Amino acid sequence: MKERLARLAEWLDQRTGIETAVRNFLYEDIPASSGWHQVLGSVVVFLFLVQAFTGILLAFNYAPTPGDAYNSLRYILTELTGGRLIRGLHHWGASMMIVVVALHMIQVFLYGAYKKPREATWLVGVALLLLTLAYGLTGYLLPWDNRAYWGTVVTTQIMAKVPVMGPYLSRLLGGEGAVGNVTFVRFYALHVLLLPPITTFLIALHVYLVRKHGVAPVPGDELRPRKKFYPEQLFKDTAAIFAAFAVLFVMAVAVRVPLERLADPTDNSYVPRPDWYFLFLFEMLKFFQGPLEIVGTVILPAVAILALVLVPFVDRGRAKRVAQRTMAMAVFALAALGWAGLTVAALATTPKPAVPEVDYSYPTDWIELSPAELAGIGYFRQEKCMSCHPVGGQGKQKIGPNLADTTSRKSAGWMIEHFKRPAAMVPGSIMPPINLSDPQLSTLASFLLKLNETNAAALLAAPEFAAEGAILYHKHNCGACHVVNGAGVQAGPPLNSLRRRRTRSWIERHFVDPQRMSPGTIMPAYKFGPREMEHIVTYLLTLPD
Amino acid sequence: MSSVQALTPREDTGFTRRRFYLAAIYGFWGLIGAALGAPALIYLLLPPKPRKGVEWIEAGDLRSLAAGPPKELVFRRNRVDGWKVISEKSSAWVVKTGENEIVAFGPQCTHLGCAYHWDDLKKGFLCPCHASVFSPDGRVVSGPAPRPLDRFDVRLENGKLLLGALREQMEPTE
Repeated sequence: MKERLARLAEWLDQRTGIETAVRNFLYEDIPASSGWHQVLGSVVVFLFLVQAFTGILLAFNYAPTPGDAYNSLRYILTELTGGRLIRGLHHWGASMMIVVVALHMIQVFLYGAYKKPREATWLVGVALLLLTLAYGLTGYLLPWDNRAYWGTVVTTQIMAKVPVMGPYLSRLLGGEGAVGNVTFVRFYALHVLLLPPITTFLIALHVYLVRKHGVAPVPGDELRPRKKFYPEQLFKDTAAIFAAFAVLFVMAVAVRVPLERLADPTDNSYVPRPDWYFLFLFEMLKFFQGPLEIVGTVILPAVAILALVLVPFVDRGRAKRVAQRTMAMAVFALAALGWAGLTVAALATTPKPAVPEVDYSYPTDWIELSPAELAGIGYFRQEKCMSCHPVGGQGKQKIGPNLADTTSRKSAGWMIEHFKRPAAMVPGSIMPPINLSDPQLSTLASFLLKLNETNAAALLAAPEFAAEGAILYHKHNCGACHVVNGAGVQAGPPLNSLRRRRTRSWIERHFVDPQRMSPGTIMPAYKFGPREMEHIVTYLLTLPD
Repeated sequence: MSSVQALTPREDTGFTRRRFYLAAIYGFWGLIGAALGAPALIYLLLPPKPRKGVEWIEAGDLRSLAAGPPKELVFRRNRVDGWKVISEKSSAWVVKTGENEIVAFGPQCTHLGCAYHWDDLKKGFLCPCHASVFSPDGRVVSGPAPRPLDRFDVRLENGKLLLGALREQMEPTE
């Protein structure tokens, strides 16, 4: 058997040369000083492959048009098994790639590994850094939620301000000022069609140059015997790759990647922010205003890129040990400090959004419920029904029947009688009576009538403010004058899409003194405690359009 | 230099260390491959979680259906298509088998999904693709079709014909 395999390998090698090629690759000579500090390049290549793999998987279910992008992504997240993990890997993989690319460059910079004859390797590396950032920029738009839309509006406006080239850049990205269909498909085409082959080519070139010049030795290394890449260094590279992958996987599972509301160009309450690695550029624009703006938008970024390009041509001294490279250390420390300072400042000055974001990466069936049904969820929680009843796959106790089971469903009237005198309706029932008023019990019944196996988890995921806000809405009988999600009486204004019309503070003041805010209104004043006010206003602001 | 090293007693420890490296390399890549491959397969192969049960669609008026040759009813229905619910035109071949008995067949041949039609001369459903012929009760009379025509669940309410899920008929119905 072993002999046969060897014969097969030999046959294959004679025809393709594959074994010899792999052997040549693995038995590369590397300096004696090589070790853990040189694993970062391999980690970057690995992360790029993970991005390609997860990107292709996403593309199997993602429809790249503004009309479908958001819904197809929601479909991936809420209906496909494993979709959330794949998207998490792609999202955090992008951030991680930026981090590791930066670490890789810092290592090369501090070790002076760009010195003659490795200038070209460094230049290709700088190009790859810019490409990595371009992926981040173009990929940011693709979920087509508010975050994506508004972030890209700012980016394209900055590009439009570039002197001379601005209008052309803007047109190239699909439209002067407006982010829409054309911008979207161009970003998509860049992200999945143009950038990947360029990246692949440049990575191949980068690796070729590394092989051509060999891994950079540290001074004093030249005289020591060289060692082989395989297996010791390959083991170190693999271990580093595994560690990076483990971190990435845990993040993809444990850290949520929210999906915000569908992109809404008319939303005037949205606070746009770019992804974390572009925040420093964003923050810098606060310091350069009016005619100086160009310094922040074009000149400083251009100078930074130029500085990176010129590094190997400016620093042409003889190779020194890392510890002696004080100048390089100082330059790096200054750059890191500037970057960190700007990023922290940007984070610290980001205002809290007026309307809390509903996370649309999970099913949000609760958002369509009438106030009475949603209030029912609130009472359902207050009365701790799930300490005895399972609901679909939720709830561990199996003392009472599964409430999501629609086959044994009773009428609302039956349920209300049962809530009041459980044993009278179901002989032998050990359920304690529920101490609520008839209107409150009817909300509970209306919620239970909505419940089934498929929507149970999505309904019970209703946030606290929604359930509590709906309880207040129901208790104060707001539905006697207002319509929400089709339920109620249209004497006053309908409340859906209220967030488009009114701000939080306006609504709060309106509750306190309706006459002052809208003279002539017949709405009475309501005195809510601070928590109640928070709940009801937040609830009203998150009502769907 | 290698000949010098090969003669030193270090060779033994080097060998076990080498084996450790190899085991770790294969082990790590195996774990990474599994952690990426298994979710990918699950993601691609498992069907999406169901969002809605089957709806009953009103397909037509009972009075307009007379006993006699099967009739094709065209109606609109909602269908979940990936991330969308689309309203699309759909049809069923309906046969009145008794005063209050209706059979409704799905409009596609069970061989390869071509649209079949009623042939008055042959008194059967004729598929234009590979010449499968079905009798008015859906059984395969001739041709390559592997099973009888699929049937909709049928409900009659207030003189209306309602259609439910389309089901395969595994055994020829008597």
